[in-house]
Amino acid sequence: MTTMTMAKALNAGLRKALAAEPKALLAGEDIGKLGGVFRVTEGLQAEFGRDRVIDSPLAESGILGTAVGLALRGYRPVVEIQFDGFVYPAFDQIISQVSRLRFRSGGTASVPIVVRIPYGGSIGAIEHHSESPEAYFAHTPGLKVVSPASPVDAYWMIQQAVAADDPIIFFEPKRRYHDKGEVDLDQQSAELSLFSARVVKPGTHATLLTYGPMVRTCLEAAMLAAEEGRDLEVVDLRSLSPLDDAVILESVRRTGRAIVVHEAVGTLGLGAEIAARIQQNCFYELDAPVLRVTGYDLPYPPSKVEDAYLPDLDRVLDAVDRSLSW
Amino acid sequence: MTEPLPGPDFVQLLDPAGNRVQHPDFSYSGTDADLAADLRDMILARRIDTEATALQRKGELGLWAPLLGQEASQIGSARALRDPDLIVPSYREHGVAWCAGVDPVDLLTTFRGTGMTEWPSRPANFHFYSFVIGAQTLHAVGMAMAQQRDGVVGNPEPADNGATIVYFGDGATSQGDVNEAFIFAASFAAPVVFFCQNNQYAISEPMVLQSKIPLYRRAAGFGFPGIRVDGNDVIAVRAVTAWAMERARRGEGPVLIEAYTYRMGAHTTSDDPTKYRQSAEEDSWRAKDPIERLKTYLTRVGAVDAAWLDAVAAESDALAERMRTGCLALPERGLETFFDQAYADTPELLLRQRDEHLAYEASFEESR
Repeated sequence: MTTMTMAKALNAGLRKALAAEPKALLAGEDIGKLGGVFRVTEGLQAEFGRDRVIDSPLAESGILGTAVGLALRGYRPVVEIQFDGFVYPAFDQIISQVSRLRFRSGGTASVPIVVRIPYGGSIGAIEHHSESPEAYFAHTPGLKVVSPASPVDAYWMIQQAVAADDPIIFFEPKRRYHDKGEVDLDQQSAELSLFSARVVKPGTHATLLTYGPMVRTCLEAAMLAAEEGRDLEVVDLRSLSPLDDAVILESVRRTGRAIVVHEAVGTLGLGAEIAARIQQNCFYELDAPVLRVTGYDLPYPPSKVEDAYLPDLDRVLDAVDRSLSW
Repeated sequence: MTEPLPGPDFVQLLDPAGNRVQHPDFSYSGTDADLAADLRDMILARRIDTEATALQRKGELGLWAPLLGQEASQIGSARALRDPDLIVPSYREHGVAWCAGVDPVDLLTTFRGTGMTEWPSRPANFHFYSFVIGAQTLHAVGMAMAQQRDGVVGNPEPADNGATIVYFGDGATSQGDVNEAFIFAASFAAPVVFFCQNNQYAISEPMVLQSKIPLYRRAAGFGFPGIRVDGNDVIAVRAVTAWAMERARRGEGPVLIEAYTYRMGAHTTSDDPTKYRQSAEEDSWRAKDPIERLKTYLTRVGAVDAAWLDAVAAESDALAERMRTGCLALPERGLETFFDQAYADTPELLLRQRDEHLAYEASFEESR
């Protein structure tokens, strides 16, 4: 076991993926010599060369569009979008090309692209550097969307994403880049499939359903709630598209109460889809309506008020109170 | 913008009257028999196009994007290609598709709506048709970057080398993706030839709305050569494309070719060009018809005669008949056959939705 940060775990995972798959290559702004603005790709260009770790011109649509061409010729591009709010210039290539080429080709063409996007807030950034755009991509057929919440998941999930034959939008919770955890670099394979959810804390009174940066927040909320005798279950969704219905529904059937927590705005976010699936499948097992704790329906606000905007321990526990007292 | 005149900056090797003319930098080394083959391709490409337009008018196709008038640009460029070159079309390259070996009946699948672009006859080096304007230019640069990594560029033996050609129109040059493609290609010296068919109109918008300078001159700003060729002169198009592709295959980077031509028909079968252009303009371009000028030349030098032309006419009639029959015979698939084509590893939810759809459809059968 090695203790490492999520950023280092991603770096180790990418290194393993590049070594295991000669057709894998990385592209993005500042990822080579600099190692990325978050240093996730540090040292990889020196190790694998400039043909496989490509410093791209500053053009996101160009990064995705050229990745499509490389993928159609058998390569496995892993591209980095520097910050969440910079993915929009590449939106057309992702939505109109990356997601659809397999369908357009009658199921024959493969575009196994991984789009890495550092996302989410709470880092005191200026505008466009704290967004949570995952629902746009989860809404798009042809894409898969995942988000690790811990170093060990980051290490395995990035390798699984590179090996997958479908295009994958890989959301990295940037405020957790420097959180540390145990990673066994000698382990031979991942414990879970890329698209499985995981119960990270079992409980009986209510289920917190969350992913990415909010997993730690929810675990901390569950610890505090335990002091008051409340036994909360925390489910880390890991995969946002497809959703692991089996784990979600099994947990909610058991606890009878569900609260979805995410940083992204509430309206038409992941929480809306999850609430709909729960009420369709667990209607008679529910003891309270499915609640959501999310960012407000605003553009991401200035950093001095982001703490009030983002779900935190208190807002999660407030929702737990409302659910349990229903 | 005034029309270009033949000269160093406008490559022409066959004038509209069918006379071979000289250019200081470009010449054509093929035989008149080779040119007769090009003429046959152009006549057949036009017939494919007019037949598809007719099928749309009869209600058999939802839409068609005619190539009428652009035959020399398409046949001339496509016949300058060879393995292992890669070809990236937009959606009007029916003549290029013909040269690449795509069955014209397969093209109809997309426009009849019986499928997407999964044409059984599509060769691996011919990319799918692309309907988002300019998006495919970036794909082409990515493919050219793949060719660099595959080691098929700049080898000492010329036959080992390949490059990528990508087709787009004058309107596309205003798109961000095309400009980003120019930048990526230049920065990485990617072996790609940007083949712009300037057919003067982006639906109704004239060229002057897209650019205040001739398109080929934009390349200089990106740091690679741009060249303008008479797009209705198959000989010049062939010579210029051969030069640009060979340069790219050697590893000397991208070239922008502006093939100056004219869309003699509508943008698509849903368009009405009488609303935005004058018949006098159309008449002036009809006098520059790419097929007529080559036919005039080859007839005059005796490379083709009436019997040859009759044989090609009979061949195109047979091709048109095959398209009509083939169009009506295109297999239609139920929606249920599409559910497993969006992903390599289809999520369970989609398979469940397929089953729900089938059960729903079956419920009507039972109640009948």
